[in-house]
Amino acid sequence: MGNKVYKDARAALAGIPFDGMTVMSGGFGLCGIPENLIAALRDSGVQNITAISNNAGVDGFGLGLLLETKQIKKMCSSYVGENKEFERQYLAGELELEFNPQGTLAERIRAGGAGIPGFYTKTGVGTVIAEGKPSQDFNGETYIMETGLNADLSIVKAWKGDTEGNLIFNATAKNFNPMMAMAGKVTVAEVDELVQPGDLDPNFIHTPGIFVQRIIEARCEKRIEQLTTRERT
Amino acid sequence: MAWTRDQMAARAAQELEDGFYVNLGIGIPTLVANHIPAGMDVTLQSENGMLGMGPFPYAGEEDADLINAGKQTITTLPKSSFFDSATSFAMIRGGHIDLSILGAMEVAENGDIANWMIPGKMVKGMGGAMDLVAGVKRCIAVFDHTNKRGEPKFLKACTLPLTGQNCIDMVITDLGVFAREGAQRRFRVQELAPGVTVDDVKSKTEADVVYD
Repeated sequence: MGNKVYKDARAALAGIPFDGMTVMSGGFGLCGIPENLIAALRDSGVQNITAISNNAGVDGFGLGLLLETKQIKKMCSSYVGENKEFERQYLAGELELEFNPQGTLAERIRAGGAGIPGFYTKTGVGTVIAEGKPSQDFNGETYIMETGLNADLSIVKAWKGDTEGNLIFNATAKNFNPMMAMAGKVTVAEVDELVQPGDLDPNFIHTPGIFVQRIIEARCEKRIEQLTTRERT
Repeated sequence: MAWTRDQMAARAAQELEDGFYVNLGIGIPTLVANHIPAGMDVTLQSENGMLGMGPFPYAGEEDADLINAGKQTITTLPKSSFFDSATSFAMIRGGHIDLSILGAMEVAENGDIANWMIPGKMVKGMGGAMDLVAGVKRCIAVFDHTNKRGEPKFLKACTLPLTGQNCIDMVITDLGVFAREGAQRRFRVQELAPGVTVDDVKSKTEADVVYD
């Protein structure tokens, strides 16, 4: 195996972006997003991205950066309520949008990474989500078929990683990152702390290095969307 | 007197049982966490990837990597665990969560719920709501009995795009509690807010409800 470690986000993406590509980007809201890789993807100038991400960032941050520059053609998400530029582009017909129930989105990505082209779920039966999808009854209950998702590039954010690409995520910054790491033809990870093989206990690896082709250590701003605290009593 | 938001949450909390794993939606359902009876062991699930959600942090102790599904900063408890989104929805879809308490724009007499989209307005997305109503063992919808124009939200059939079919087991509004019972699974008045009469409810309800 060649060297997976790159010096920064720009170097880590070199040679990967192409117009019309599909990109998975990890995170829930602004929690656990690959901030530096998103910025580097913007700087690459790539156009007509289909972005698969639970959310669309906020104005001027996260995937909001790629919306501002109109590099995204289509979003595949479960909730996009935090972004005014998104709303403007969508209502103006400049942006395609595909909603997926959050659990269906997570499972479609997991399935794609696991080599499963389709599966049945009861989520969305009888709703607009079921329209045009095959259905089948199992044990007297109706389920709809959903397909697995893959991406040309997955960009993920982890807490610690080693030079082999083994990753450990922190708290709720894990979210969609482990499945997306599995579903990318190429997966690039940015980590708070890059360490040597042997420094991470193999018992506690969340994403085995086979799923990660490139890795960088980078500082993240880690913005908080809803700072909520309680009084000391 | 109709119940306040906090009183509705307190009433919903009476549906909790010791040992329950529970997912609370955004809005009034979030307030249910303030009314968990002392000594009762209830574990809160947050669908972004956490079991055993703790209270909000003290100022200065917030962690950007530790949020709930409403994107609010939270804390852990000794029993907490973290997991990815696929595992989170395996808990939800797989029927491992005992109770979901969620808000609603409309609920119909057949248990249908609509709470994610108003055609013609900006669509924000369903988030995890469709998975929750499809997979959680028992779903309670908590909402104001009428909308801002005084029109019923508890209907014969939902008019808005559905979140799920035949999935709501109990309705708690500012006027009372309505539970589905019997072989026909019809909603029946279980309790009315103090001073609220059956006629009050009838005049503000379109759904076929058993009142005796």
